[in-house]
Amino acid sequence: MTARDEIFATIRRSLGVKGTEAPRRHIVQERLESAPKGAIPQRGQLIGEALIDLFKTQAEAAMASVVEVDSAMDAPAAIADYLRASNLPARIKMGDDLRLAAMPWGDTALEVSKGRSDGQDLAAVNHAFAGVAETGTLTMTSGPENPSTLNLLPDYAIVVLQSKDVVGDYETMWARLREAYGKGQMPRTVNWITGPSRSADIEQTLLLGAHGPRSLHIVLVKG
Amino acid sequence: MTLHVTSPQFKDNAHRALQDEQLQKAMGNVRQGFIDKRAVVAAKLPEFEALRDSARDIKNHALAHLDLYLEQYESKVTAAGGHVHWARTAEEARGAILDICRRVGARTVTKGKSMISEEIELNTALEAAGIRPVETDLGEYIIQLRGEIPSHIIAPAVHLNATQVESDFRRVHTHLDPARDLSQPVQLLTEARGVLRDRFLAADVGITGANFLIAETGTSVIVTNEGNGDLTQTMPKVHIVIASLEKIVPTLEDVSQILRVLARSATGQEMSVYTTFSTGPRRPQDVDGPEEYHVVILDNGRSSMLGTAFQDMLRCIRCGACMNHCPVYHAVGGHAYGWVYPGPMGAVLSPSLIGVDKAGHLPNASTFCGRCESVCPVRIPLPKLMRHWRDREFERHLQPATLRTGIGSWGFFARRPRLYRLATSVAMRGLALLGRNKGRFTSLPLAGGWTDYRDFPAPQGATFQDQWKSRKAEGRR
Repeated sequence: MTARDEIFATIRRSLGVKGTEAPRRHIVQERLESAPKGAIPQRGQLIGEALIDLFKTQAEAAMASVVEVDSAMDAPAAIADYLRASNLPARIKMGDDLRLAAMPWGDTALEVSKGRSDGQDLAAVNHAFAGVAETGTLTMTSGPENPSTLNLLPDYAIVVLQSKDVVGDYETMWARLREAYGKGQMPRTVNWITGPSRSADIEQTLLLGAHGPRSLHIVLVKG
Repeated sequence: MTLHVTSPQFKDNAHRALQDEQLQKAMGNVRQGFIDKRAVVAAKLPEFEALRDSARDIKNHALAHLDLYLEQYESKVTAAGGHVHWARTAEEARGAILDICRRVGARTVTKGKSMISEEIELNTALEAAGIRPVETDLGEYIIQLRGEIPSHIIAPAVHLNATQVESDFRRVHTHLDPARDLSQPVQLLTEARGVLRDRFLAADVGITGANFLIAETGTSVIVTNEGNGDLTQTMPKVHIVIASLEKIVPTLEDVSQILRVLARSATGQEMSVYTTFSTGPRRPQDVDGPEEYHVVILDNGRSSMLGTAFQDMLRCIRCGACMNHCPVYHAVGGHAYGWVYPGPMGAVLSPSLIGVDKAGHLPNASTFCGRCESVCPVRIPLPKLMRHWRDREFERHLQPATLRTGIGSWGFFARRPRLYRLATSVAMRGLALLGRNKGRFTSLPLAGGWTDYRDFPAPQGATFQDQWKSRKAEGRR
């Protein structure tokens, strides 16, 4: 008997089932199909300005910084300002995201390079798939558009988030992800990010910048 | 390979721990660090109790249909281009991981924090095969340098003080300036970040655990604050997940319910910094991510817990709230428990995995105060399960004769209520008389285990039952 067969046999013996019972199979199929939602916190059930405000409040509570810009066209200038204020070189790494590519980077003094991070980049820009207001959490999806290494390796992670992509709860975010990728399908990596990297492993003292970014800066595009 | 287990020596371990000044100082951080934060963040979410019910129900549903969800999970992992390996025992799990590492010629392996990796003693096996494992969670990195096992399931180095970490870094990081200042925790963190950054970039294989395995999508999920596990599974060419089979949850919605109670119960955060969902290897057009993705699913005795009273324990999501709130854990720390799982959850799980003959002391190391159950995010009846183990231990005659005689004679009286009342009232009056001068006893025959560390208060005269009776009588009046 293979390890797999024996494990399944023991599970079924312990549960007192054969594994072929139609009602059990139906229950499982039904749950996978319908994906019931459970208890959803009221706090995120907001619209418009109130929803955006909750996202900002929660992201800042998790020690991210947030700046709002009126249009995507203003994002590069806001990012250049942020780097200058942080005493960083005017250099960023980013992927092939078309929404980022359409922004007027040439109007700033920023030096932009493309691709994944090799661990040498101080600052990088990714575009978020969504922001979840209930906890100020960003949802980042992997791919050549927004490489996962840009979320994790730079000291300063900068994320552009569109207001229309801010949702109240995780379940609404998953519904949008299923629309984009198909039911049951996922990009290789989905990173939920809530604030910059931290550790409290030494004497339970909270310190920022453990292995991931020391700072997380969110550029929230209105409209 | 023999397991490193000192649970049979729990009493000696506990005595040593109580006299260890460094440990006692460090354990103060647990008492202060976790309890208030959890209470504050739970109070901020009106749905918290409903979410605990929801998390319990989801885990119960998944366990009741575990075979079917595992089949679904396996087919989704395979469809996404990943590989699932099944391991009945720790040895089979180590074997599966070593085979992959050898095939790709791995020399260095980075690791995210994984209790299953501790359970199967993976690092020892990797080292024996000439492969260097590098723990990347700061706490795990520190204890790896010291050759220790974690003393807490989410804060592995919680038993240490910063000065101890400083001396370990000076001992091991000999390539750095000996005159450097490491007096502040932030300097220790920065040094570890620098050293480990190179390891992330150089590793051939990344090994992580999983907080959850999602059947709907074939996804493994890890939760970290540092970003270490996330880098571990993104940078190397091969990502291996090692997870026990009860980690399965049906859908993305289900995992979201449980994530809402996990960080709040564990660290008192609304959400951990990084929650990373991995599905298969990198896609053809991707510019980063691993080229191979493997999941090793470990049983190691868990499938036999299904259908028994201990099935409830398989709901555990390893948040650590039970030990954070446990007066026994606070007093003796995690290492006294003698194996990888400490605190109340360890007291219930360890006897299932390594045998009640070895771990029988652990379910006895409880005051039955019930705080563990009151904070458990998936509502595991931990005191009840500890009582089950005590019953089994008694049935199997595993306790020493004096204890059995003691319990036996208590049982004799307890079954004869009138005799019990008489005996206790005589004993309490006697003790009250003896202790009337000081109001306490500094030593008592047969109770040295208590009076060596604290005084025994002298009874005030009436027994509990007497007082209860007179209170009820007053209430009626």
